[in-house]
Amino acid sequence: MAAKTRVSAKINGEQVEFLCEPRQSLLECLRDVLGLTGSKEGCNDGNCGACSVLLNGRVVNSCLVLGVEVHGQEVTTVEGLADWRGLHPLQQAFLDNAALQCGYCIPGILITSKALLDREPNPSEERIRTWLAGNLCRCTGYDKIVRAVQDAAVRLRQTGQEVNR
Amino acid sequence: MNKDKLSTAGRTDYQVVGTRPPRHDAPDKLTGRALFGPDTNLPGMLYGKMVRSPHAHARLRSIDTRHAASYPGVYAVVTAQDLQLTEESNSTLDESAVNFKYLHENMLAREKVLYVGHPVAAVAASSPHVAEEAAKLVEVQYDVLPAVTDVRAAMKPDAPLLHDRLITQSLSKPSQRPSNIASHFQHLKGDPSQGFARAEVIVEREFTTSTVHQGYIEPHACTAWWGLDGNLTVWTSTQGAFGMRDQLAKLLSHPMSRIRVIPMEVGGAFGGKLPIYIFLEAVAALLSRKANRPVKMTMTRAEVFLATNPTSGAYLKAKMGVTREGRITAAQAELYFEAGAYPSAHVIGYFGFAMAFMFAPYDIPHGQVDAYDVVVNKPRTAAYRAPGVTQVNFPAEQLIDELAVKLGMDPIAFRLKNVVREGTELMNGTTHGSIGAEEVLRAAQSSAHYGSPLHGPHRGRGVAHGYWGNWGARSCCTISVNGDGTVSLVSGSIDLSGTRTTVAMQAAEVLGLSLDRIKSSVGDTDSIGYTEMSGGSRTTFATGIAAITAAQDVVAQMRGRAALLWGVEVRDVSFERGVFTTQRGSEQQMTFSEVAGRLAETGGAVTGTGNVDPQGWGGVFGTHIVDVQVDPETGKVDILRYTAVQDVGKAVHPGYVEGQMQGGAVQGIGWGLYEGYQYNTRGDMLNPGFLGYKIPTAPDVPMIETIMVEVPGPNHPFGVRGVGEVPIVPPPAALANAIYRATGVRVTDLPMTPVRILEAMGVI
Repeated sequence: MAAKTRVSAKINGEQVEFLCEPRQSLLECLRDVLGLTGSKEGCNDGNCGACSVLLNGRVVNSCLVLGVEVHGQEVTTVEGLADWRGLHPLQQAFLDNAALQCGYCIPGILITSKALLDREPNPSEERIRTWLAGNLCRCTGYDKIVRAVQDAAVRLRQTGQEVNR
Repeated sequence: MNKDKLSTAGRTDYQVVGTRPPRHDAPDKLTGRALFGPDTNLPGMLYGKMVRSPHAHARLRSIDTRHAASYPGVYAVVTAQDLQLTEESNSTLDESAVNFKYLHENMLAREKVLYVGHPVAAVAASSPHVAEEAAKLVEVQYDVLPAVTDVRAAMKPDAPLLHDRLITQSLSKPSQRPSNIASHFQHLKGDPSQGFARAEVIVEREFTTSTVHQGYIEPHACTAWWGLDGNLTVWTSTQGAFGMRDQLAKLLSHPMSRIRVIPMEVGGAFGGKLPIYIFLEAVAALLSRKANRPVKMTMTRAEVFLATNPTSGAYLKAKMGVTREGRITAAQAELYFEAGAYPSAHVIGYFGFAMAFMFAPYDIPHGQVDAYDVVVNKPRTAAYRAPGVTQVNFPAEQLIDELAVKLGMDPIAFRLKNVVREGTELMNGTTHGSIGAEEVLRAAQSSAHYGSPLHGPHRGRGVAHGYWGNWGARSCCTISVNGDGTVSLVSGSIDLSGTRTTVAMQAAEVLGLSLDRIKSSVGDTDSIGYTEMSGGSRTTFATGIAAITAAQDVVAQMRGRAALLWGVEVRDVSFERGVFTTQRGSEQQMTFSEVAGRLAETGGAVTGTGNVDPQGWGGVFGTHIVDVQVDPETGKVDILRYTAVQDVGKAVHPGYVEGQMQGGAVQGIGWGLYEGYQYNTRGDMLNPGFLGYKIPTAPDVPMIETIMVEVPGPNHPFGVRGVGEVPIVPPPAALANAIYRATGVRVTDLPMTPVRILEAMGVI
């Protein structure tokens, strides 16, 4: 076992420090070291998107990032979307549109959708589908997921609420 | 169950059933709090890892675990020697659903390995990485044998034999010599030769389908903790906690009462996490006992593809005859299913479905279906959503389409001309009950999609129609009344996609409570009565009836309490929409909450129980319409529009029914166009990942339009039918029929990849 490295990063708005082996992925660090099991492993090779997180605002597959790489960086996981005031408008839109079934892919899909809506407040159906191309869902057939993202975009535009609240 | 007891029977003025409330489990799943199979973390927990065969077919010469066992950080190593074979598990002719000898050998190989990925040993270590390193130190000597991965090759007389003593059970008679054909079944109706003699048009073709995987995004994962007190606790992602417990009890020769299975949230299953097969849990338990620590085992994606339970590929021959007026006179089929490494566990059930339901949508006077279960050097196969039926719908519905074309008839009108009704006999001798076959076809015929024009070159519209029979079986539900008038509902049904809510909605309807006053949860095997696995589209039907029964029990008990408080007879207390009333003396009323608040002074707690085994569940039909455009240069298929029409009984939560229809349709699209295991001649799977094994992504599919046709199920108080499985049945055939109409060629092999389409078109 290689010596562990100290990593300091801002995770979901909070400055944290943790120790990890150089070979541990960010996903392993989040799940096994920090106890943030919201990000899911579906393939561990970058093809399913269930582990999607925001790294400095960009969507990454956390299984393809090493834990040591996030030193000094900012990471947002699904656990960082809701706060004590309640669900994020995206999460509420998924709830209201029955856009989840088993729910395993949903953390990654929420993260990717947030990144999209942060950049494009009024995306077309095609844009939403293109952005979600890297997030596999086996239950829903994507219909209600796409509708939920469309609905969330409307809500966010109507309320003028910052997605990055 | 006594239907007369159900005060809600025949009512249509529902308060809760038919609405779209939010799910009980949604906030946890949207915020990352929900705990799935891989999310268990216990103090002192170790990580288990399987050692797997790199060969598709080999005899095990020796396994040396010494180096692995002495590797720093390793706490335990197990092989098949650690699994005690019971007398029962030595039986090769077990008539029950599961042959334990095969189950044992599939979990940890004993004499032979039969597919790449077949487990031979397992280690438990302090971290996943150490376990991985240690697994590589287990030294296994193999005598490699030739492999066979195709059903037709496996049936040849000179094919390598997977099982030296496998005797074909052919129409209940054993064969003389061992072969790879495990069994042969036949359904015969009328006189097929007479039926074909009467036919004026006959079509006949051969088809193949690939091995496909259920493709759940959550890999199999579990954690086991075998305490020194002999109590074994297993946290796992399974479709059936009780089935898992009972299998573990037999595999480990351990009392059921000493095993507690705690079901985690399940990240997709579709038949692939039925407790019929066990891959990890018993091994994790053995490792835990040896290490005296909790052990978590999580599969990689490659392990899921290589060594779980995909569903059968098949070689299929089908023939149909029809009169010039469009009446089908006879149908015949030979179905050769790949069982994978071991004979199918549910031989009769699995092939029974394919054989009985292949032609179930049509009134056909004469027919014969023969089905064969054939072992090959691939992982053992299992159920996948409407098991067996998608494979056979692909040939059946292409022949139907071909006949419609030859007769110059509209494809839906032709189907309606031969539609089944209540009392029509199936190939297996049973008869259809109350069904919605005609209603579904008529709804498809009058849909906006079917009535819309489709213009443009290389475009075509396809239709396919399919049937699935559903299931009932044992379910338990309890409802405890709280002092504030809320209730806590616990059921034994694993919630795969919203059944906590659909079950609670049915209880809410009986109790006259709003859904937010019902907390609905899934119990573990210590906390609720025996409940069958979530499969066969049974949960909203059967566990719904359990919840209705438990709610009626609550109402009956609380009427007694109200009677006590008013000093009247129980029969003088009525209950309607959450209010107890008596007309005895002066009229008096109490709400559910008011009675709930006085339980302590009237005899103690009220818990209602529903333990049911409902029969007479109704089957369902689905008709799918798809418009495609085929690129004549690349063979790529674009789906322009898709509509799923389905008989849904009573849609308890219409949003979830739509979700089942949409999700099933898109899985069927994947089966039709993209998905399939690929092998080389050595028996290595070439695409064990989501890059090579492509499932549909968001840009691959359009919105899936849904039309729900409510034909009430006959034996559920609200008319509920199972809805989850039939939507996967028609898509491959609907796509094939659309591709035919776009290109003029029939593609008879799944998946219908661009290469196969171009080959059929004669382009390459």
